[in-house]
Amino acid sequence: MLNRISTYFYRRPRLVLAIFLAPPILYMLVVYLGSLFSLLINSFYSIDDFTGIIVREFTLRTYAQIFNPANREIFLRTASMAAIVTVVDAMLAFPLAYYIAKFASRRLKTWLLIGVTIPLWSSYLVRVYAWKLILAKEGILSWFIDLFHLTGVLDWLLSFPAIGGSSLSLSPIGMFIVFVYIWLPYMIIPIQTALERVPASLLEASSDLGAKPFQTFRNVILPLAFPGVVAGSIFTFSLTLGDFIVPLTLGNSKFFVGQAVFSYQGTGGNIPLAAAMTMGPVLIMVAYLLIARKLGAFDAL
Amino acid sequence: MPSRSSDTRPKASWALTLAALGTLLFLHVPMWIIFLYTLTPEEATYTFPLPGFTTKWYGVALQRPDLWRSLTLSFQVAAIATVVALILGTFAAAAVYRSNFFGRESISFLLVLPIALPGIVTGIALRTAIGGLDIPFSFWTIVIGHATFCVVVVYNNVLARFRRTSATMIEASMDLGANSFQTFRHVVLPNIATALLAGGMLAFALSFDEVIVTTFTAGQQTTLPIWIFSQLSRPRDRPVTNVVATIVILITFLPIFFAQKISAEASDTEGETK
Repeated sequence: MLNRISTYFYRRPRLVLAIFLAPPILYMLVVYLGSLFSLLINSFYSIDDFTGIIVREFTLRTYAQIFNPANREIFLRTASMAAIVTVVDAMLAFPLAYYIAKFASRRLKTWLLIGVTIPLWSSYLVRVYAWKLILAKEGILSWFIDLFHLTGVLDWLLSFPAIGGSSLSLSPIGMFIVFVYIWLPYMIIPIQTALERVPASLLEASSDLGAKPFQTFRNVILPLAFPGVVAGSIFTFSLTLGDFIVPLTLGNSKFFVGQAVFSYQGTGGNIPLAAAMTMGPVLIMVAYLLIARKLGAFDAL
Repeated sequence: MPSRSSDTRPKASWALTLAALGTLLFLHVPMWIIFLYTLTPEEATYTFPLPGFTTKWYGVALQRPDLWRSLTLSFQVAAIATVVALILGTFAAAAVYRSNFFGRESISFLLVLPIALPGIVTGIALRTAIGGLDIPFSFWTIVIGHATFCVVVVYNNVLARFRRTSATMIEASMDLGANSFQTFRHVVLPNIATALLAGGMLAFALSFDEVIVTTFTAGQQTTLPIWIFSQLSRPRDRPVTNVVATIVILITFLPIFFAQKISAEASDTEGETK
């Protein structure tokens, strides 16, 4: 009996394919893309200013609201944070990625990769929480800063209204540190993967042709690692753009995109505006993904 | 095939080694600090150096029924989301591996979307859809949300394993008279077993500590991460939160560690056999 069923299916590979493919595709199409579509629809609705009820009629009014000065400022602030975080993460990630890819022995490499991936997968929330402890006014970082008699420098930095605040745990500088920390593994892995593919013979050829180590680094390694940097920056940029936990935990009254969406949707009850605002990050991400694909960054993912 | 042995590798300069080590410490030390703070007797601040030493908070945390409820809920959600992800992810991987069909490239793209887009997009999209359909927010809406981003983890692990498994083994099994079910049971399954284990454990860890999507898809349910999140903005039980955070690290650490070890060993043996 089983043999006959087996033969029946063996002769119909298309049917088997359909059976395999249907559950995951249906799930993703219905649940995920369906939800994204409903979000898109909602972004074209608007909210009645007096009753606070959602008006289910097509309008572009909600999108117009995004471009009012307050929201524009939120976008600008978030995008600058995401950009700086991405650049700093790339600089921090490179040495470790380079070391893993080109210098570590095979055994060490396995352990180092585990060392990078454990923070990548482990609780994001707990990792944010850790910094609440570290950055607290009476906390461990302040103690070290005091130890080196640098409290004056810290207070001076915190006195700038754009980046400062009452303490590190309630300031854009603190947010920046936490963002850099949280997304760093997402940058290390793609750069390491890209560097892994640079053949050793290429580096030998470069030095045989008389290039100094720095020249080899600058003219051979760096260009070949670039797709990895782009792949990593997809994550660091997008994740910073949409995050609301870090701004809610460490930020002040100046909103970031994720936080604004969270509050419009929650306390504000303005789902159309929240939906329209998420379309910003979605569009940026799609454009980003398309450019990244052109640059061949997907191969490094 | 260029040699992969370690003896031909150049030596790293001390500056590079130091920078690499520094980054690695930067990634790990903050998590140890939470553990340190579970031992502080201080309730209201995060004073450092710790003013004393106590282990009483572990006992206090264990006595809290709300924490036990959240822990159980998180376990249940993660377990069911993992099972769903295992089934859907393996199916998708099998389909992509065994045949070439129109739109094959889009499958990976579709599956990776929930983790490539910011969590808030996934979360609010699910919320508007669920709300729009008048489905009450419940345990199951949390599971549905988690499954969307867990599938890709299983899919990636299983597909990578399929690609390492040589197709001739399956053909040999069929040639020797095994039917598809026997081939699956005795050849394919043993081959992908550790990949399923690795993918499943990662999916579990991912779901167990997820907070962003959960804030949008949960009704009155408080998963453990939601509980921690509520403490982040308004800290009431600082010492207990430290204990909970440590527990979350421990619960997710083991599955992540073993999953990574399994994948690392799988790619290692591949390097040796080549």
